[in-house]
Amino acid sequence: MTSTGTHDGSLEQLKREGRIVVVGASLAGLRAAETMREKGFAGSLTMIGDEPYEPYDRPPLSKQVLLGNAVADHTALPRRRAIDADWRLGVPATGLDMAARRVELGNGDAVEYDRLLIATGVRARPWPNAEEGALKGVFVLRTRDDGEGLQRALAAGPRRVLVIGAGFTGSEIASACRERGLDVTVAERGDAPLVGALGGVIGAVAAEMNRENGVDLRTGVMVTSLEGDPSGRVRAAHFSDGSTVEADVVVVSLGAQRNTEWLSGSGLGAGPRGIACDAGCRAFDVRGIVTDDIYVAGDVARSPHALFGYQFLSLEHWGNAVAQADTAAHNMLSVSADRRPHLWVPAFWSSQFGVNIKSVGVPPMGTEILITQGSLAERRFAAAYGYQGRLIAAVTFDNCRWLPFYEQQIEATAPFPPPFSTVDRRPEGTKPMPADFPDPSVPTHGPTITLSGYSPADRKMTFTPGR
Amino acid sequence: MRLVVDLNRCQGYAQCAFLAPDVFAMHGDESLLYNPEADPAQREDVMRAVAACPVQAILLEITDEDMANMVAPDAVAGAGSPSGGAR
Ligand SMILES: Cc1cc2nc3c(=O)[nH]c(=O)nc-3n(C[C@H](O)[C@H](O)[C@H](O)COP(=O)(O)OP(=O)(O)OC[C@H]3O[C@@H](n4cnc5c(N)ncnc54)[C@H](O)[C@@H]3O)c2cc1C
Ligand code: SF4
Repeated sequence: MTSTGTHDGSLEQLKREGRIVVVGASLAGLRAAETMREKGFAGSLTMIGDEPYEPYDRPPLSKQVLLGNAVADHTALPRRRAIDADWRLGVPATGLDMAARRVELGNGDAVEYDRLLIATGVRARPWPNAEEGALKGVFVLRTRDDGEGLQRALAAGPRRVLVIGAGFTGSEIASACRERGLDVTVAERGDAPLVGALGGVIGAVAAEMNRENGVDLRTGVMVTSLEGDPSGRVRAAHFSDGSTVEADVVVVSLGAQRNTEWLSGSGLGAGPRGIACDAGCRAFDVRGIVTDDIYVAGDVARSPHALFGYQFLSLEHWGNAVAQADTAAHNMLSVSADRRPHLWVPAFWSSQFGVNIKSVGVPPMGTEILITQGSLAERRFAAAYGYQGRLIAAVTFDNCRWLPFYEQQIEATAPFPPPFSTVDRRPEGTKPMPADFPDPSVPTHGPTITLSGYSPADRKMTFTPGR
Repeated sequence: MRLVVDLNRCQGYAQCAFLAPDVFAMHGDESLLYNPEADPAQREDVMRAVAACPVQAILLEITDEDMANMVAPDAVAGAGSPSGGAR
């Protein structure tokens, strides 16, 4: 042994012959596994995934796949390298024994670990009435199977599609339907599409975009029930305003739920808002104490971010899954002094009605918005979000080349309104206006970023102070 | 032949759509659509697109052959391990 001491020695042993288990074999799980092997991890690597498929990419499911430009079972993720793993696919993890360092599986097996990475992501929120949700023709869109089923239903030429929820996924589905020449109705409880993610000012632009493209957009309404025909096929939906829409395909697009139930009772700080971890991706237990050997990454993680007041962020963003997986994998194989914080600036893209939408930062934190370039009317613009005199986020519609600039500004905690002026600043871009986000206590359909407080666990605890 | 484009990074320069039009296509002014499992016959074109992308946003899977030629992970760990001892 060299002078590096016992701690380092045990790390070398871990790298040589340790056991690493990854639960959740999708984007974050795969990228983490690749990074571990790249960092010289030579021990046993077990990848546990409840879906029967090897890791695949989800964003094309609501875009290329629904447009018929790609096949759902052709979205398997490319590999950066061989990871030489023991794949346990089609089997869910059902429990975690933190003391015994063991993951229990749905088939009765158990797998022991020295380091565990949890990347179980989220799932689509189902229609609240299970019987109605089980009608033929009712879909959610999260998995490859969902994508394939929905694409087939659209190809069959339904008379009308109803999309419930106008978040990013719902809007992309509506857009694909219109491109296929299908009649589509979108029902949204909020005042406009995308309001939860981008606020009312941008939501109004999205609403216009939907209507101009022939979407029958209904806002400020809720779908109260779905009605089937005698054969068990959906045929109509009833709305809170008393109206009825006939549709033979209904897509429930009400956002996502975090896959943490399998951890209940384990003692890990996991709940409906995700799994709390420190900035280095190490999970907290329910007492708020950081674990030594359990790491989290991707959609299921909830981690504090220095740029955003150390608030806990849960991000349903592709780029976050990739970046956080890389950081988690690095830290899992590093001594504490070499660990890195996950300080990725949130970034997201979407593509709908032929318009490229991108954002950086945390728009829902913004209270004000300023159109810094272009114009809303032309649907080609950049807008900056301000929070307490700081630039906190930006969004572009068909103006993505500017986004890296805003990202730098956000990282540099630049002031808001931005002091720089651009050649094309229009009158509407000279004065900030309220960003107009809905009341955060009212859940919206898929904000894709959730900000939460400091509590590592979402369950109630009785605080009995010592004396 | 699997590929994925990091669309956070992609700036819509359309180089890829120009070099491998059967795999990449612009949708509107700056949205990129691509076929994540391109026909192997497109390999040359796709490689050219990967090389030409100004922001290196395209990740193309290494092939089985590439993988077989890669250094085994235990060899990597052994080489980098200062603790020596067991090989
Ligand atoms: C239709 C669609 C479109 C999208 N479009 C965009 C986009 O345009 N831009 C963008 O930035 N992001 C987009 N996203 C989000 C992006 O796909 C996610 O952020 C990303 O997939 C997160 O990866 P992950 O590995 O953390 O989680 P997931 O991809 O959710 O993977 C988690 C995996 O774990 C499995 N699992 C869950 N519980 C268990 C268990 N107990 N045992 C074993 N396995 C389990 C799940 O089945 C799943 O396979 C989109 C998502 C969808 C669904
Ligand atoms: S060449 Fe690169 S930046 Fe340009 S469109 Fe293709 S992927 Fe995007």
